[in-house]
Amino acid sequence: MQNVAELEQTNQREIVSFRVSGKDFSIDIGYVREIRGWSPTTILPHTPDYVKGVMNLRGNVIPVMDLSHRLGLGPTEPTERHVIVITVLGDKTVGLLVEAVSDIMSVPADELKPTPDLASTSSRDFVEGVYMIEDSLIRVMDIHQVFARETGGF
Amino acid sequence: MTIKVLAIDDSRTMRSMLEVALTEAGFAVELAEDGVHGLERLGAVDPDVVITDINMPRMDGFGFIDAVRADGARRDMPILVLTTESAETLKDKARKAGATGWIVKPFDESKLIAAIRRVAPRVA
Amino acid sequence: MSARETLKEGFFQECEDLLETMSDGLSEMERGENDAEVVNAVFRAVHSIKGGAGAFGLNVLVNFAHSFENLLDDLRRGAVRPESSVIQLLFRASDRLFDVVEAERSGRDPLGRAQDAEEYDALLAQLATACAASPAADSEQSDPEADFVPTTLAFGPDLGLSDVEAALHTHIIRFAPHKSLYASGNDPVALFSALSDLGGLSVSADISAVPPLGALDWEESHIVWTLSLATELPVPDIMDVFEFVSSDAAISFEDLPAAVAEDMPTAPLETEEPPPAQVLQVSEARTSDPGKSNPSGSSNARQSIRVDLERVDRLINLVGELVISEAMLTQSITQDGLVQNTDIETALARLKQLSTELQERIMAIRAQSVKALFQRMSRIVREAAHATDREVRLITEGESTEVDKTVIEKLADPLTHILRNAVDHGIESAEARQAAGKPAHGTVRLLAAHRSGQVIIEIEDDGAGIDSDRVLAKAIERGLVSADAELSEQEIFHLLFEAGFSTAEQVSSLSGRGVGMDVVRSEIQALGGRVNIASVRGAGTTLTISLPLTLAVVEGMLVEVAGETLVIPSTALRETMRAEGAMVHRLGAGEPVLAIRGALIPIIDLGESLGFRQMPASVSGLPLLLVESAAGRLVALTADKIIHQREVVIKGLAENYGHVRGIAAATILGNGRIALIIDIDQVAGNGLGGQDEAASLTAHGVG
Repeated sequence: MQNVAELEQTNQREIVSFRVSGKDFSIDIGYVREIRGWSPTTILPHTPDYVKGVMNLRGNVIPVMDLSHRLGLGPTEPTERHVIVITVLGDKTVGLLVEAVSDIMSVPADELKPTPDLASTSSRDFVEGVYMIEDSLIRVMDIHQVFARETGGF
Repeated sequence: MTIKVLAIDDSRTMRSMLEVALTEAGFAVELAEDGVHGLERLGAVDPDVVITDINMPRMDGFGFIDAVRADGARRDMPILVLTTESAETLKDKARKAGATGWIVKPFDESKLIAAIRRVAPRVA
Repeated sequence: MSARETLKEGFFQECEDLLETMSDGLSEMERGENDAEVVNAVFRAVHSIKGGAGAFGLNVLVNFAHSFENLLDDLRRGAVRPESSVIQLLFRASDRLFDVVEAERSGRDPLGRAQDAEEYDALLAQLATACAASPAADSEQSDPEADFVPTTLAFGPDLGLSDVEAALHTHIIRFAPHKSLYASGNDPVALFSALSDLGGLSVSADISAVPPLGALDWEESHIVWTLSLATELPVPDIMDVFEFVSSDAAISFEDLPAAVAEDMPTAPLETEEPPPAQVLQVSEARTSDPGKSNPSGSSNARQSIRVDLERVDRLINLVGELVISEAMLTQSITQDGLVQNTDIETALARLKQLSTELQERIMAIRAQSVKALFQRMSRIVREAAHATDREVRLITEGESTEVDKTVIEKLADPLTHILRNAVDHGIESAEARQAAGKPAHGTVRLLAAHRSGQVIIEIEDDGAGIDSDRVLAKAIERGLVSADAELSEQEIFHLLFEAGFSTAEQVSSLSGRGVGMDVVRSEIQALGGRVNIASVRGAGTTLTISLPLTLAVVEGMLVEVAGETLVIPSTALRETMRAEGAMVHRLGAGEPVLAIRGALIPIIDLGESLGFRQMPASVSGLPLLLVESAAGRLVALTADKIIHQREVVIKGLAENYGHVRGIAAATILGNGRIALIIDIDQVAGNGLGGQDEAASLTAHGVG
């Protein structure tokens, strides 16, 4: 109960942070359905490089996207230690392949800062803003951009 | 406009229960202790609906209904009888006596209110 | 959804049933079955629509239904003869009634477009004229013939009905008070007011029995009321309102069989979620006689419950999982060599049988007869015939054939297309027909049937047939086929389905079909089905659509290519063989071909066509799968290994990703991995020397 009260007072948002090619990214927890370990996918023909294929999520066929590749940070060679963040946007469910999930944290919504210029240009399009938390820079992804068809996504 | 109900019962407990239930439901309630008292109060109260017990001293419920139906001005007035038993024979008797409807005691408040709404003339 | 919206949606759902009853009755009348009950059933249906519409203040609908009803009333009273012109007018009125109901349902103004308003007014006028010497239909007050006066009653308080999930139903209650009702101080108006607390109520009074003022007995009861009550409450709750007057009036629920009204369960069936928009009518009693439709009006008598479609789909998914688990179990038991144990073998066989049957039964819940679809189609044919000034008779067969609900919904567009084409371009003008020694009116036959595990929809016309020379010439002109291509007649017919074959300007000059047939084919293919054409010059054309019974399961051959497991649908598979050196030829530097029984068949490597690998240098020794595309083109697909043939549960890709070229869908294997199901028509290409689809498959493309 106390947490809820705090959240309302300070206008906090909850984000899930994860590492992609050594950098910290995050998305709003509302988009995350679950986190699963990597298991091999079935290749989908005629799809962009960053689509790793499709996986079976409890009887549903969902595509898996190599987030690093998608953000222009180079393709991932997935191992058993990699994880898939299952995200839901609208009526679509998509798995995002990342190195590791770091944390679920509550951050003040109004402390989101504009993306600094030093971020690589290719990934900047997908970033809504950044948080500085204990010396580390956490990029908040604009999941709509990541999924957007116009940019070659889903 | 509020629906005016005249409740006739010789039991004081019963009268208060009716009064509370009906007042809470938004009706205007007037009380009488038996058939004769009921007839006396009719003119002053001019109710939209009457609820009456059957077994009462001086004049029972059936006698009250007979008297009302015989009165040209109030022959169509809705009268509900409160019966202690649900026996079909009693309902038949009530209908034959000219009752508009019946409520079984101990009454369920929502049923009581529904019954009144079902027979009350629409008050503009 | 507010209580009022819930009630309104319930009304529109009921309208669907009422409109169906109306259409049934009109069809019977058209066939000359004009007994009183048929006309009465149509009358009651239109009347109930009017009653409900009144309760929701849908004035256009009320007015139109009222005019429609007047003519029907004259018919049932025998004041108007059911001549062909009258029946045609009734049909047009019923079509318009469909439109008005649809418009009101979607919140559009039914007279929004000027054209609508014009047609509507014209139809109202025609209905009024057709009535037996009655004044203008819309002057309801002064109309001495109008014995029904719809009254809109104010809604009761919001009872929080949206929290209750019970099927909303509009009850039609006939309430005929006896004299004694009034004598006991009861008042119908007070009862109606109490009823309106239960839901949307509209009340009509039949005052036809009221004698002239001079002869009036004030104590007598002359008025019969028809109440239309839209409520989620069960019948006993409604009967409670009539508790005091049950022996002082004749009360009947006209929408329920007598027995049901008397003895209904007291609890609503569902109490969990708000009523969903999409609901399946699950019918317990099936029409067992295929050729014959239900007698009008009796369709309400079937025992059914309304079920949220999502619940059924969840069940279907679960059973799909069960079937997969069963397959996994069988696979591992077989691998472990335990099948020698007869007990296990027997139990396994039983499990398989049970899960298969369970799956079939659950699929059957989604099945619906094609009747409503065919009714819509008869309207399409009527309108197309009217627009093109053709005389066309539509004969439907197999209306009771049951097909998956989703399939039915998705068939409407392609069928509309095909039927319009059949009337517009297939059937000739009356003069041309007579000159050819045919009857002046053309006939279009629409048939549905189950044949060898598939649903067959056939559209046959007795028109001019397809001029294959002209089709070929047109295709060459449009660059779809090289000028020297040698095509069978069947292949030429299939050119009609090629994108870019037809444009609006040229089809009407062509006595065949063409408008958007490529769209028709892709819509049918999206359902896992195929279209075939047969045509005889001068005698007519038959289009045959074959569809899988369900969208959920397909029989397929599992193969392995470049380490991936793929599924080839068995419907397309003709033969499997091993490629031997002598049979494989290369024509120059081109792709290899298979020489078999005197024919040369192109060899396509599945791995290459899906972009998994380059064409293997030699296909010798590889398994070959001979497949035939919908257009009848044979190709030989190479794979690394043929695994086995089995049924697989279809899982859509489009929900979460989008369409992938060359891939029809996916399935989940016994080991939990996903296998892709091949779209044979896309992989095989058209091979017509135009754009090579097979080659274009390797091009980069998403969705």
